[in-house]
Amino acid sequence: MDLNTLWFILITVLFVGFFFLEGFDYGVGILLPFLGRNDRERRVIINTIGPVWDGNEVWMITAGGASFAAFPSFYATLFSGFYLALVLLLLALIVRGVAFEFRSKLDSPRWRGRWDWIIFAGSLVPALLWGVAICNLLHGVPVDAKMTYVGGFFTLLNPYALVGGVATVALFALHGAVFLALKTDGDIRRRARAFASKLWFPATGLVFLLALLTALMTDVLPRLGYDPGVVPATAVVSLLLVRYFIGKEREGWAFILTGISVAFNVITVFMGLYPRLIVSSLDPAWSLTIYNASSSPYTLKVMTIVALTLVPFVLVYQAWSYWVFRKRLTVESYLEY
Amino acid sequence: MNALLLARWQFAITTVYHFFFVPLTLGLSVLIAIMETKYVRSGDETYRKMTRFWGKLFLINFALGVVTGIVQEFQFGMNWSEYSRFMGDIFGAPLAIEALLAFYIESTFLGVWIFGWDRLSPRLHAAVAWMVAIGANLSALWILVANSFMQKPTGYVLRNGRAEMADFWALLGNGHVWVQWPHVFTASLATAAFFVAGISAYHLLKRSRDLEVFRRSFRWAVAYGLIGTVLVILVGHTQAQYMTRIQPMKMAAAEALWNTENPAAMSIFTIGNERERKDVFAIRIPGLLSFLAHNRFSGAVEGINNLQDEYVQRYGPGDYVPPVAISYWTFRIMVGAGFAMLLLLLWSLRAVIKERTLDSPRLLKYMLWAIALPYIANSTGWIFTEVARQPWIVFGLLRTKDAVSPIVSAPEVAFSLVAFTVVYGILMAVDIYLLKRFATAGVPEESPTKAPAEAG
Repeated sequence: MDLNTLWFILITVLFVGFFFLEGFDYGVGILLPFLGRNDRERRVIINTIGPVWDGNEVWMITAGGASFAAFPSFYATLFSGFYLALVLLLLALIVRGVAFEFRSKLDSPRWRGRWDWIIFAGSLVPALLWGVAICNLLHGVPVDAKMTYVGGFFTLLNPYALVGGVATVALFALHGAVFLALKTDGDIRRRARAFASKLWFPATGLVFLLALLTALMTDVLPRLGYDPGVVPATAVVSLLLVRYFIGKEREGWAFILTGISVAFNVITVFMGLYPRLIVSSLDPAWSLTIYNASSSPYTLKVMTIVALTLVPFVLVYQAWSYWVFRKRLTVESYLEY
Repeated sequence: MNALLLARWQFAITTVYHFFFVPLTLGLSVLIAIMETKYVRSGDETYRKMTRFWGKLFLINFALGVVTGIVQEFQFGMNWSEYSRFMGDIFGAPLAIEALLAFYIESTFLGVWIFGWDRLSPRLHAAVAWMVAIGANLSALWILVANSFMQKPTGYVLRNGRAEMADFWALLGNGHVWVQWPHVFTASLATAAFFVAGISAYHLLKRSRDLEVFRRSFRWAVAYGLIGTVLVILVGHTQAQYMTRIQPMKMAAAEALWNTENPAAMSIFTIGNERERKDVFAIRIPGLLSFLAHNRFSGAVEGINNLQDEYVQRYGPGDYVPPVAISYWTFRIMVGAGFAMLLLLLWSLRAVIKERTLDSPRLLKYMLWAIALPYIANSTGWIFTEVARQPWIVFGLLRTKDAVSPIVSAPEVAFSLVAFTVVYGILMAVDIYLLKRFATAGVPEESPTKAPAEAG
């Protein structure tokens, strides 16, 4: 295996980490105004992700930084091409991040209510936009011979990508509801579980629709073959099993399964892309690939050593941070504001 | 306005804004870790209260530093795609390392620190504070490794129409890194010290509850402030001598030195004509600039006109002179603010030693207002560093005008510029409002720390 392929895999891993972790904390943010009935409950909901959301967001930042380091032209074309979408993404992430910190600093219900809706919007918009963006990479966008994106903002809002965006929101919301049920106790836990089982059907339906459209509207099926293999199958089957475990009140299993579904959906997309990074809808030869968009072999080698040394440590201390906050929260818990 | 100019404005605004929050994070994280360590070692409640009080303000400031940092990473690709293509092989690496090595540590451990008061043993909790401080300052190191390449390219080859990394260690061993990072670190320490000293001064003036917290904080701030400020001046001097060698045009602009002189006079106050490149009115001290550059009162210091001719020979026809007035004044404001800080700290030191702080209302009032000084110095320092490197984005390798995204239109950049500026403006107002509210409220009355529920 060459270094370009290794880096393609590493970037896939970073996106899997990002979608898995931010998936549930975007989901929790989306559910916040609906599942918390009073201020204390909403604080419980926020505190389930309070200690970890910032660390989760670093997965996205690292995915961006690693793309820059390993595939600079991919980074340049993607970020300049999807310009307005990224402006919206950044604005959403800015207000979301400060909302967690500012929200509880004043007692006024109006102040807090406003920040709660900002957390909602700041979670919904990135989930939608990342879904749209990833689906567009696979679907193909107008990229010319000089690796320049020649479409506009509305080119990105094609029906396929929009279904991808909405499916991502639904899947994240489900993932978040299950996470909440896992991390809380009492009323909130019951409500989160009930919400998850209600959400399960539309979320699963949307993921199936996306899978169907992917088969019809992209070249994934011919590339992977008509027996696409174990990865896409796992993405789908794990989601089917979620309903059973929610019903059995086994939130731990349900969370593992929504997580597996998120992860394997991402892997499926990247398998469909490989060895391309952005599919050109104008001419397949103009697609950005892990070869024509990559850094020099020397840089890839340096970054391989760095990444393979550091990532295991990151996994260990992030896992430790989840272990520290493993206890379920209730309205009676001591809550750090 | 064209897209290039708008993109430059956007970079300037978002960077200066981002760097409003960063130095306080860098410096205060260290001070808080020291405070908490003192608490764990001595069991003295005052240290715990100090940790909690300054910790709260730290967090309000930190939130904005983080979210504006994401914009910094993304806009290289968004507004400067040709820069990213040309430089990605080199520039992407330190950025990715910054995320992998520093951001993960900083953000993961900060989460544990905020929410872990009742989950960790005090000792472990203090260790977590140190991890936050280390993570934050490591991230500064790596972003400055990236910036240093733009100031002094090293360890690269030009190949395949771009700059490619040839030697990773040369990137890290770049002499520029080791003057710039100490400069930023000591400046950050001074920023945090003035922040702590100013707010403490407010409470000393008001004789607030828990006065001992603020007396001790003030003493600490004066001590760390002096360390930071003396070092930042010394390092700054070394850095300027270094810049005179590697980017003489930058220092010539900083001094409005039009023509090479030997010995060179130092300008105290110059009103110049930038178009004709000459002085309209100037007060100058003979020989002083030579002394600052070479440690002796003779020796040539290169001037703008001579360097312009030299660069035309080396790089081809073009204008290689940065905006002189901006360079000259930002440099002077930065240095002036630094010396004002030093004077105020010496005055404070005298009051602290004589134990007369509480009886020096004038000093305390000055110290409250002096919170602004390091912010002024930090901002003008970065404006100077980046503006006086123009027309280059990477010195000698790539011009700023060739680095901008060719496909992003002026209206698009204008939209994002306005959107970011408006949101940043609102958040700045909210942030200052909250900081002020929590800073003036003083130490909150709270239940004593709970026994750790379970050691994690």
